[in-house]
Order: sequence, then structure tokens, then C-alpha cells
Amino acid sequence: MVLFILLRLLPGDPANALLGVGATAQQIEAARAQVGSDQPIWMQFLTFIGNLARFDLGASFVSKAGVLEEIGNRMSVTLPLTILGFLVAIVIAVPLGIVAAVKSDKWYGAAISVVSQLGIAIPVFWLGILIVTVFAINLRIFPSGGFPLKGWANFGEAATAMVLPVLTVALVIAASLLRYVRSATQDVIGSDFIRTARALGSSFPEALVRHGIRNGAVPVISILGIELATTFLGAVVVEKVFALPGLGSMLLLAIQQRDYPNVQGVLFISTLLVLLIGFAADLLQRLIDPRLRGRIHS
Amino acid sequence: MQLFNSRALLVAALLGSAAIAPAALAQDFDPNATIRIGSLYEPQNLDNTAGAGQGINEAFNGNVYEALFQLTDAGTVEPKLVESYEASEDGLTYTFKLKPGVTFHSGDPLTAADVKYSIERVTAEASKSSRKRSLSTITGIETPDDQTVVIKLSARSISLPYNLSYVWIVNDKATDITATEDGTGPYTLSEWRRGSALALARNDKYWGTAPTNGEVIYTYFTDATALNNALLTNAVDVVTSVQSPDSLAQFTGNPAYTVTEGASTTKEILAYNDRVAPFDNVKVRKALARATDKAKLLNSIWGDYGTLIGSIVPPTDPWYVDLTGVDPYDVESAKALLAEAGYADGFEFTLDTPDYDPHPIVAQFLQAEYAKVGVKVNINIITANEWYTKIYQEKNFQATLQEHVNHRDIVFYGNPDFYWGYNNPEVVKLIADAEAAPTEADQVAKLTEANKIIAEDAASNWLYLYPQIVVSAANVTGYPVNGLNSQFFAYGIKKAQ
Repeated sequence: MVLFILLRLLPGDPANALLGVGATAQQIEAARAQVGSDQPIWMQFLTFIGNLARFDLGASFVSKAGVLEEIGNRMSVTLPLTILGFLVAIVIAVPLGIVAAVKSDKWYGAAISVVSQLGIAIPVFWLGILIVTVFAINLRIFPSGGFPLKGWANFGEAATAMVLPVLTVALVIAASLLRYVRSATQDVIGSDFIRTARALGSSFPEALVRHGIRNGAVPVISILGIELATTFLGAVVVEKVFALPGLGSMLLLAIQQRDYPNVQGVLFISTLLVLLIGFAADLLQRLIDPRLRGRIHS
Repeated sequence: MQLFNSRALLVAALLGSAAIAPAALAQDFDPNATIRIGSLYEPQNLDNTAGAGQGINEAFNGNVYEALFQLTDAGTVEPKLVESYEASEDGLTYTFKLKPGVTFHSGDPLTAADVKYSIERVTAEASKSSRKRSLSTITGIETPDDQTVVIKLSARSISLPYNLSYVWIVNDKATDITATEDGTGPYTLSEWRRGSALALARNDKYWGTAPTNGEVIYTYFTDATALNNALLTNAVDVVTSVQSPDSLAQFTGNPAYTVTEGASTTKEILAYNDRVAPFDNVKVRKALARATDKAKLLNSIWGDYGTLIGSIVPPTDPWYVDLTGVDPYDVESAKALLAEAGYADGFEFTLDTPDYDPHPIVAQFLQAEYAKVGVKVNINIITANEWYTKIYQEKNFQATLQEHVNHRDIVFYGNPDFYWGYNNPEVVKLIADAEAAPTEADQVAKLTEANKIIAEDAASNWLYLYPQIVVSAANVTGYPVNGLNSQFFAYGIKKAQ
């Protein structure tokens, strides 16, 4: 509801996106009637809620295409981009983060921390451009951008098109994730239970694997949940740099055009996703940490 | 927002062969080649009367849909679906004979009823076509037989064939042309992925000359750098309109690419609200024109590209005269004019500036320039959508920046209700008379006179004319270089074997 009202408080009228110079007053009125922006806000809201209950997100003012269908189309780019980017990020960040924490006295431990700090400071679009310049323009290994017309039906081409964007997303997430993994590991190393485990005869690596990862994972997972959620729409910059038809670029265009059905649709679906991710992260934490499980019964 | 995009609507710079990219040698091209066109202008839907934007003209005009007449890349208006036509003596009745044997992609033959339906689609109440107003003199359309269309007018309209070149002829049985098509052109729509690309396949049953390629894919980008990268990595063969002059250095002087500069009709304009003080005073408007070093501005934005203009009329319009000398750059005379107008100590105004390139840079440049004559500019950045509401509809502004891409748009100075509110009864009459002129020579004479008056009145501050730059891989030839009315005819494009 907040979303709904804020959107309509923005100056500008969706009808404008449909018209150009030379439009007469009658044309403007006709366009407003067509998109419903001549109705009072409460009326527009009731219509919206009514349709939402039937899971009908309506059709775009501008393209006339069904919002849900269009979101589905865009998801086929954004979901793989985010999820693969995420998995790659975890593969990079978790081992490196642990090494950075455990070996913080060694030069490479410190180097990892410094590089990850740099990674956080670099803007995403700059990293994207850098990656394109190196891998697409100079080395010519992967395409610089775009997505095949037939989408995943053309699997080979679609997969190659995803490599550089996934790498960009992965590096960005990995940089910030690495810091959390490192500090979580540091907390764990200094904790009582590791000391106790070692006193009971475990070697340090054994204690870390058996007790440390499980304990360190809990805070990292909540961070992961939040990062994953922001990446869904945050991938818009990567989509722009690589000319990918994703959810973020759909939202951006829809906002510029005041295409309310598309904006609401994307935000509604992504809110659902964020809630789902949060829920999944919660479940995962309970699975890992029996103490959290206990709380349900108490 | 078709008319505000930075893509040029163009007339031919150089008539004839000089304006056309070098033709490939006979038979050394691949007749089934796929031509990949990179563009920044994705259509929002597939119907040019439903707010699809300029991208649809680029992809569909002349390629998928055809009109009774065609505006060629050289700027001439030529019969397309019309076999012959004649106008009555009083100029109020036009009779068109249609080309025989033309069929739509669905297989239906082209009839007079389709033409009537198509024109009425544009003039309909719900139509969002920017051309609606120019066809408002049409009072009736008759179809005495399947091959004949008779159009009745309420007043002479010398631009009727030109205006009809904007009207797609659509099958009257077609449904949902916002997402599908049924035209008569040399290509059919084969695939469309929103946010990404649109593919056209050669229509093997085409009534006219077959295209010199087998398939055309328009790939859409929102980022100019990504578009240039695609060209650099051979992901696209040709870029319809380069908008970042900095990037040209990568292509000029590189034998793997061809860079062409065509003629543009896109003007960067500082539009005053001529209704309100101080801009209702012609001396103030002239003073600001003289306080603007336009050569420096153009150079700082486009380097060696682009053209200086002294009014809204580009050199390619028949009613062009060089008016850059009317208010030349001269800070001292600008100060004198301001003093005469009663603003010896200057004044302050708000410049509503659209938030996309090049407007913010232009605004800062003007701010610095006008400070030299004591005029303080407050820059107010707004979105394109706000521009439309605040300035175009409500006319609630002092001055604004806008690029006007329209072809033949001197006519807006003949409409006192237009957003800039220029109202000179003499110009209004000249422009109305020009449209009702019996001959083209007469039309040209009247518009030339109107052109000189608006320049003398400094109705707006015409800053410069954009260049129209097309870059292609060197093995691709035959594309339009002027892209008039955002059109990009693909049927003549050849790719070397």
C-alpha cells in the first residue's frame, strides 16, 4: 500500500509515456482514461487489490503485455544470474575468508583481506566494464553482452552469455561476503568451545571443521539471505552493462515510464522472493544450530 | 516520448549517391546473410499509434509495414503502395490508385478498405500518433473500388503525400497489432524478446524487389558503452545512431569499421516561455542568443561533428537560409540589449533541464556563459516524464532545454498554444498559408519568410544541430545514413561473403 501511494505521488503521468509532442488535450485525457490515471487514488488501489487477490497483475500500460508473463520472461535471466553468481561467490568467499582469518599473520592472509577491501570499494559497473574489456574485447573468450533471442532454448549461447555477468555478480558479492566469513571465523577461533575441543585432543583444523564451521555459519547465513535478496534487483547495473533483459532493467524502465502495473508487479514478486529467501535462511539456521530449533518448542 | 529522444529524425544531407554508404560490388555479398543491427531504441510495443516510441519506426517502417508514400533516406517523398494519384484543381480531393498484386503477410490482398482503415486508425480519437494533427484536414475517405481511394480535405494540404508516408498500411482484419503484425513489407516479424532483441525474416512472397539479406536482428541496448562493445566484438554489424562522441575514436581510422556522418534534423534548443517576463521581451531573447558561444558549446559536446544553426530549420529543409549571422556571439552587444530592455543589472531565471545527456552539460555551460552578462541561471533537473507534465502540458516554466527531433517542425512556431508560447500573428498566418499553398514553390517562399522572422524574433535559442553518425563493420554496406524519421531501411543492406 505504501508502495502504491508513493508511486502515485511521483510527479508525471503514465499517460505521458504513450504520447509525444503534438498530443492534444483530448488525446491526453483519452490516454489517462485508458491507463486509469484519471481515477481517484483510492479507486485505483481497490482495483489493484482486487486483481492481486486473483493473482492478476494486469497488463503493462505501455507494452500492453501481461505483467506476470513478462516477469516470467525476465526471471529466466535474473534467477540464473543471481543464483549462479551467489554460488560462485560462496565458493570463492568461504575458503578464502577462512584462510584470511586463520592465517591473518601470514602475508597471503593479509593480502586476501586487502583485495576483498578493494573489491568492496570498486563500483559494480566499473568492474563489469573491466571484465568486458579483458575477457570480451581483448581476449575474445566470451560475448560482451546480450542474450540470445530464443533464450534458454538456445542453451549453449545463453550459457556463454551468462558467464561474464555471473562472474561480475559473484566477485561483488564475494568481496563483501568474505569479510563476514573472516570475522565470523575469527570469533569462532577465539571462542571457548574451540579451546575446549583442542583441550580434549582435537587438532586445530579438526576442531575448526567439526565445531567452527557450524558455529560460524549461523551469522554468515543471515548475511547471505540479505545479500541474495538485494542482489535480485541490485543486478540491474550488471544487466545494463551486459545488455541483459532482466528484472532490474524492467523495473527501471517501468519507473521511468510510470508504468505502474509493471512496477507493482516486479516489486510484488520480488517482495515475495525476499520473504521466501528470509524464510529459507531461517530454516537453514535452525537446521545448523540445534539451539535455535529448541526455541520453537520452548 | 518519441519526439524527445536523442535519435535524429533526418533529411538527407547530400542528395544522391554521396549520402549512401558505399555499395558492395555486384554478387560478392551473401544473399542469405543475417544482419545484426545494434540500437538504443527498443520499441515499447509494435503499434506506432499506441505509444511504441521511435524504435518501432526504426525496426518496422519500410521493413515490415509500408505506407502509400515513402520518405526516402535522401529526403524525397516517393510513391510506395500507390501506383498513381491525382489532386483535383481546388486541391480538396485526392484520388489514389493502389499498386496491384500487393498482399499482406497473412496472405490477404491489399484493398482500398485496408487503406481507409489504416488512415482512420491514425486519425481516431484513441490514436496516440504524433501525426494525428497533420492529418486533421481529412474530412472523408471513399473507396469506389478495391484499388481506388479518394480522400476529401477541408482545406488544401500540400504536405498530404508527405504526411501519408507516416501512415502504416495495416490489414483491416489484423487483431492485436501491439504484439503481432500484418504488413506488406519485405520482412515479417519472426521473433521478439522484450528488453533484448527483435528479429525480422525475409518475406519470400514480397511484391517488390527482394531484400539483399535473409534476416535482420535488431539488438537493443540501454547503455551506449555496451552497444559499442558489441560492435567491437562483432556481436552487431551496424549501430544505427552513435550518441557518445568519445567512443568514435575506437572506430575512426580503424579499417575494420566504416563511420558515416549523415544529416540530422535533431536540434538542441534553449526554449524560453515566450509568454512570461522577461522572455516576452524580444531584446532579452536576442541578448541571451548573443551571449551564447554556440561554436564552443558544440565543440565541447560533439568535437568536430554537428552543425551550427540560426533558427529551427536545418540546412536540408527547402526553406533553409543561413541565419547564424542574425544574433552572432557578442557579449558586449548582449549587455547593451539587456540594458535597453531594462535589465542592466541582469536577472535570474530557472532552467528546467531534462536529466539525460546532453542537457545537464549544456545547462552548466549556459550558466557560466550567462553569468558573464549578469544573468543568473538556476538549474532545475527534471525527468523526461516531469518535463512532459510540467512544461509540455502545464506550460509552467521560464526556460527549458529540449532536443527536437521532428522533421519540418518550424510549424510549431505557427501554433501559439505550443509549449514555448511564441505568438506572432504574421508567422501564424504565413505557416497556415504555406500549408494551403497551391504549389511547392509558394510553400517554400512562405516558410522561408516565416523562418527569417522567427530568427529575427529569437523565438527560441537554437543551440546546434546534432550529427547523425552510423558505424558499421567494414564488410557491411547499403544501410541508410540519414535515418530520416528514425527509419532504418534494412532491405538494401549487404554483407560481404
